[in-house]
Amino acid sequence: MAEASRNRKYRIVHYLNQFFGGVGGEEKADCKPFTIQGPQGPGRLLEKLFREENADVEIVATVVCGDSYFAENQESVLREWIPAIRGHRPDLVVAGPAFNAGRYGMACGAICSSLEPLGIPAVTAMYKENPGVDQYRKTALIVESANTVSGMEDAARKMVRLGIKRLREEKIEFPKAEGCFEQGIRRNYFHAEPAYRRAIDMLLRKIDGEPFETEYPIPFFDRVEPQPALAGMKGVTIALVTSGGIVPTGNPDHIESSSASKYGKYPLEGLTTADAGTHQSAHGGYDTTYVNADPNRVLPIDVIRDLEKEMGFKTHPWYYATVGNGTSVDNAQKFAKEIAVELIRDGVQAVILTST
Amino acid sequence: MSYARPHAGVQPVTHRWRKIPVSDLGFSSPTRLENGKLFIHIDELIGLLQSDPNIRDVRLAIARPGESVRIIPVKDVIEPRLSLIPDYPVFPGVLSAWDPDANGILSGEIVSLSGMVVTTVGSIVGFQEGLIDMSGPGARYSLFSRKHHLVLDVTVKEGMERHDHEKTLRMAGLKASDYIAGSVMKKLPSTDIRETLVNPEYPGPPAFPRRAGGNGKPRIAYLYMLQSQGLLHDTYYCGVDVKTMLPRRIVPTEVLFGAIVSGNCVSACDKNTTYHHQNNPILLELLRRHGTDWDFVGCVITNENVTLGDKQQSSTLAAELIASFSPDGVIISKEGFGNPDADLMMNCSKIEAHGIKTVLLTDEFAGQAGASQSLVDTHPKADAIVSTGNANEVIVLRPMEKVIGDDRVITELAGGSSKCRLPDGSIAIELQALIGSTNQLGFEGISSRYK
Amino acid sequence: MAKEIERAGIPVAHICSIITISQTVGANRIVPAVAIPHPLGNPRLPPAEEKEVRRNLLKKALAALQTPIEEQTVFS
Repeated sequence: MAEASRNRKYRIVHYLNQFFGGVGGEEKADCKPFTIQGPQGPGRLLEKLFREENADVEIVATVVCGDSYFAENQESVLREWIPAIRGHRPDLVVAGPAFNAGRYGMACGAICSSLEPLGIPAVTAMYKENPGVDQYRKTALIVESANTVSGMEDAARKMVRLGIKRLREEKIEFPKAEGCFEQGIRRNYFHAEPAYRRAIDMLLRKIDGEPFETEYPIPFFDRVEPQPALAGMKGVTIALVTSGGIVPTGNPDHIESSSASKYGKYPLEGLTTADAGTHQSAHGGYDTTYVNADPNRVLPIDVIRDLEKEMGFKTHPWYYATVGNGTSVDNAQKFAKEIAVELIRDGVQAVILTST
Repeated sequence: MSYARPHAGVQPVTHRWRKIPVSDLGFSSPTRLENGKLFIHIDELIGLLQSDPNIRDVRLAIARPGESVRIIPVKDVIEPRLSLIPDYPVFPGVLSAWDPDANGILSGEIVSLSGMVVTTVGSIVGFQEGLIDMSGPGARYSLFSRKHHLVLDVTVKEGMERHDHEKTLRMAGLKASDYIAGSVMKKLPSTDIRETLVNPEYPGPPAFPRRAGGNGKPRIAYLYMLQSQGLLHDTYYCGVDVKTMLPRRIVPTEVLFGAIVSGNCVSACDKNTTYHHQNNPILLELLRRHGTDWDFVGCVITNENVTLGDKQQSSTLAAELIASFSPDGVIISKEGFGNPDADLMMNCSKIEAHGIKTVLLTDEFAGQAGASQSLVDTHPKADAIVSTGNANEVIVLRPMEKVIGDDRVITELAGGSSKCRLPDGSIAIELQALIGSTNQLGFEGISSRYK
Repeated sequence: MAKEIERAGIPVAHICSIITISQTVGANRIVPAVAIPHPLGNPRLPPAEEKEVRRNLLKKALAALQTPIEEQTVFS
């Protein structure tokens, strides 16, 4: 540990809103950000608790900003004040606690999430229903606090303990153990028991009606409202998208056979069919023999051309392809969002998506 | 020679399993076991394998635990075994015709070499074959790093069609295992470990309500899902392609005899090698404590086919078969990922609909950051899941001094990418690429949880 | 992917083999395909018949796009 040779205090910057920063209540929520030298309000409690834990820290600066001002000017505030915070050379940044104050929680979450990628550890705290939790739990460590200021000391103590670990550069493997909200991220670990034994034990409990904990809670899938139907096909532009991995022969963009990190956009112009000479499948999750022999079996160019003539619609001259094998749902979502933006820009009115 | 036919409900099939420990491998003539060291006569084995005209070249290599060795791309891993039951060979139906239902499974003895395995590698047939590291960060993820490997590096003749290529390698591995077993186990050393496994009777004693009586043991069944999606994704039961079968009951210890053979050499992390099937820990544990801690009432194997109709049919029939054993609960293990998640959920929901409790073993594909949804299909009844880890998690593997096989393919493996080679020669690759790392028969201790 | 494209404002017809997966991930207009290795084809049929199978699937997809729906619907 570098502690032995440390001959200076740890430097902390604290972020507070207008209320805890001593400016005023809701009527001052539009106050512009400014800096106070040293600790302010709850910062003094934090310093005291750090001392009780034998950590040699100093809150060198407190940044105060009105909740509404932050909410309405987030981008410019971050652009100006993240560098300002860095200018104090902090070893740790503490934001809040924000309890159930929504705008305050969002501001704390945004600040912590901006600092982490810069290598500056940050800690904040808020109540479970604060919208900042859902928004920032994956990118910031958020201690769980009570609903109101009566939980100040408890929250501050947890922030201090977590803060000390981060100052010592300890890896926080499981935030829940530190009093934080779960980040909703799956992380592997080695259990003492092999899985087959855990499965049998879990079954015996379930049979006996004893409580057990599933290792993977089934998630809830959100639904999207169906888009209105097309009034007819004449003159409509439709686009083909596929997750079956049909790419031009040679896979020029090197789309991975599994866990794809990208998608491709390829021309349909002038093609009346797909064949083994022009297209192939990059997908590793199924027997591609049949599709490589006739790629129309996943990307139906031949039939689309026939139907175009019969029904009077147009096919967008570009198709999009990725590999849907072991590709994380997040990536698939990201690709689809980007593809959708382009399709809308290009006047596409409907999509036929083919999967294996 | 008379065939003792077990009468239904009277004589449970019993197998005595003798394990001969192997602590080292070497090349020398003749093939034999001496003081725990297995010696292989190279020319004899290579000659045997090259009698297959499809094989152009075979090289043999040895890999030992702790060595700085990477074996890649792995097709299958097999444990050599010898059946001492006349007319009931190991790998029944594969190397010789055999019908599991003609005379019933016969009781008797089987011998295995423990501590060594036959591993097949060869030029890549398709994506998603995997690697085994014998030391370094990757070694802890799979039991194969603790085995002594006889590696067959097989080159097939030019222009082979992919289905034939896969079959050629599959048969080579099985033949090599048989050769070793036959050569070595004729004279059995006295130092071996033995256990006796008694199978559930079929049909078994009638179920009685556990709660009313209160002293009945829980009745447990096992549904064993097998990959059957086509080329490189196939499994064979007594030589029959599982995708052409309907769900059926098996006598649990059949797996010791290699009744289930892997033709699945993709999805390295969660495909069951032949070794995994031969040593299925769920089956073995259910057998070992059968009669003491529970009544193991039966095992059903089922497939994971590629049409919705087949999935629906298999799950309905599997659920009915399982229900016919009147279990209180069922363990369900899956193989592979993606659309087999749909089979898993159908099996789960249909069995639960019979009033039977289920626990599922499955791995996860939650993205490299672990932030994505882990399974592609779900069901509210799937409330008891054991996770065998997130296969997308990235691991950095140190460069190895020796590669057996060909590691240029590493960027093509599922879980690899064009960016995975690091400047110092390490590779950053997903667990997907490591053989057995998220095995869903539950061999390993890895799991995943919310951070 | 179907859900995200639809969320952006474009109706999607999803042709896929395992409709339970499509239902789970949230596509709205779903057309069941033939089989995983050949969703819009069937190598066991003579080419002309196979093309007819493909044509029918596409026509179903196009019909689905023209059908007003309230919730996830499978067009088989």
